[in-house]
Amino acid sequence: MDFLIFKAPMLMVQASLDGILLGILFALIAYGMALQWGVMNIINIAQGDLVILGGYIAYTIYLWGIHPAWGVIISPIIMFFVGWALYKLVINKVVDRDLFISILATFGIAIVFQQLMNFIFGADVVVAQSEYGTTMLFDNSVTLPNSKIFSAFISVLYAIALVIYMRKSKLGRAIRATAQNARAAKILGVDTEKVYAATFGINAALCGIAGALISITLTLHPYVGLPYTVRSFMIVIVAGLGNLPAVAVSGMGLGLFEEFADYILGTEFRIGAVFLLLVLILVYRRFKLSKKREYLK
Amino acid sequence: MEKVKQKDLILYSGLIILGLAAPYLFSAFKVQLTYLCVLIVLAMTWNLQGGEMGYNTFGNILFYGLGMYLTASVQVGMFFPLAEWTESGGEKTFVHTTAQYFQGIGVGLLVSAIVPAIIAGAIGYAILGLRGHYFAICTLGLGIAAGEIAGGIEIIGAGQGFTTPPFPAEIVDTEARGKFFYFLSFALLVGTFIFVKYIYGSRFRLILNAIRDNEDKAEAMGIQTMKYKIVGWMCSAFFCGLAGGIMGGLIGYIDSTDVAFDGREMGVFMVLMAILGGKGTLWGPVIGATLFHFFKEGLWTLILGWQYVALGVLIVVIVVYFPEGLMGWLREKYPERFGEVIDEKDRKAQVELK
Repeated sequence: MDFLIFKAPMLMVQASLDGILLGILFALIAYGMALQWGVMNIINIAQGDLVILGGYIAYTIYLWGIHPAWGVIISPIIMFFVGWALYKLVINKVVDRDLFISILATFGIAIVFQQLMNFIFGADVVVAQSEYGTTMLFDNSVTLPNSKIFSAFISVLYAIALVIYMRKSKLGRAIRATAQNARAAKILGVDTEKVYAATFGINAALCGIAGALISITLTLHPYVGLPYTVRSFMIVIVAGLGNLPAVAVSGMGLGLFEEFADYILGTEFRIGAVFLLLVLILVYRRFKLSKKREYLK
Repeated sequence: MEKVKQKDLILYSGLIILGLAAPYLFSAFKVQLTYLCVLIVLAMTWNLQGGEMGYNTFGNILFYGLGMYLTASVQVGMFFPLAEWTESGGEKTFVHTTAQYFQGIGVGLLVSAIVPAIIAGAIGYAILGLRGHYFAICTLGLGIAAGEIAGGIEIIGAGQGFTTPPFPAEIVDTEARGKFFYFLSFALLVGTFIFVKYIYGSRFRLILNAIRDNEDKAEAMGIQTMKYKIVGWMCSAFFCGLAGGIMGGLIGYIDSTDVAFDGREMGVFMVLMAILGGKGTLWGPVIGATLFHFFKEGLWTLILGWQYVALGVLIVVIVVYFPEGLMGWLREKYPERFGEVIDEKDRKAQVELK
């Protein structure tokens, strides 16, 4: 193991920039998870697989000869209906139940999704070429693919749009009311069933956007969904539910952590480091809370 | 009382005779039978956490995989240099003699039982302080992290896998290998069953149930819950490690994410089997594992390629529609069979209250 990164400061700049741009993307997925967790009280293990499915939709339109960047518009629309259908089929039966039921049920969905994607799109690692070129910084010592800048920009744009939508629109208000108190919202005439379906749909649409961006910045493979789920879970437990700035910051923090872990530990330990970080964060919070004789709820 | 005991005796001796005779009766299915024994052990030990203690773990796969790697490493490392073995086809250069093989696997299984139990004890204090879904996700992360990290460690074969020592060639009997692993796993199954049955009759189980039903109240009653949770997890780790060690020898090849820390298959299977049979019962996981194994073996070949889709759908259906499992359903239907005395007056009074 050589710590090249400490000898070359430019590598640090490279890793930091990569990490922050990647982190914004993670934050978008995490926001979807926080939304459904807060509103419906379910933990969706299939989150990462929804992301990958969104990515494959963008990849498919790329194969048809359309520029993959259009995926950030087409993919969320399709994914919204996928999410809606998923809610009607399975999720509505686990909403009011024990959280472990939702974890296991969505685990089952994740397995189905992985396998179906494996059938339809094949088991190869694919990437949609955006041909945006790269930006060279600091005398060509830092390379930054323009697609990454594009993806961060789009993520921020969608996040802002979503926040405004949640504040202003009728459905947004209904969603927030249901999150606060589902029973009271029901009494006051909110169709909570519809709100849940819409929430899950919006979450899936967010996954679709993130997936489309991943298809041009990173790579797609049917079985890489779970790390995205774990990343977003991690961001949510660090940032808390419904706190968008904190989600963005911890998303970028995670991105930075990953890039540095990649350079320091080696690429083969990257995913392992992500999962270990999850364990460490949970254990850290458990010890911090146990001093007050409390536990994570 | 006397009568019930006699009935039990007949049942158990019948099952043991069946178990001992099985490899001769169903000679072609020895590997499947070994699998079945290991699956039952995994389901029963998962049930100690998920069913009795209320801690739904995905992390028992950690001990299973650990046991697998430990047994194989000890078995090789006792006689030959481990690094050379795993690097490239060491199993062709170095050959275990019969005595070495059995000594190796004996010591290896011993290590693979004790070390995971110690590790469970060591990390238990940190991990078991989490509750509910945080515990579930944390253990899920733990299992996958272990797989990813094992896939990066050179000495145990890294990404290309680890070939476990082949069965000694000096034993000419072609059936010997299958029988050896079957009886090993059957012995493990019997041992696990006796242990779990002992726990079911003890105060320990009541404490675990108290933790499941209301941990704060259990603590308020003066039970040191953490101590019992750790001991419970260590028991599971002990048997999971052994199961992993046996499986490693049977499969003959260890891959970090597909065989050892196989959260996608074994890790889910053990949860599913326990839930299918009915968690929190002695016989539930046994029945669940048996049913699941028959279902899986029968269906897997019919729907080749689609088995994971079927598995995913099965998980969703079982979890959503039968969360109480088979035993829970039977209990609802024939409560008197489970020793629940229903007072007719009391029942009527309750109905009126509603």
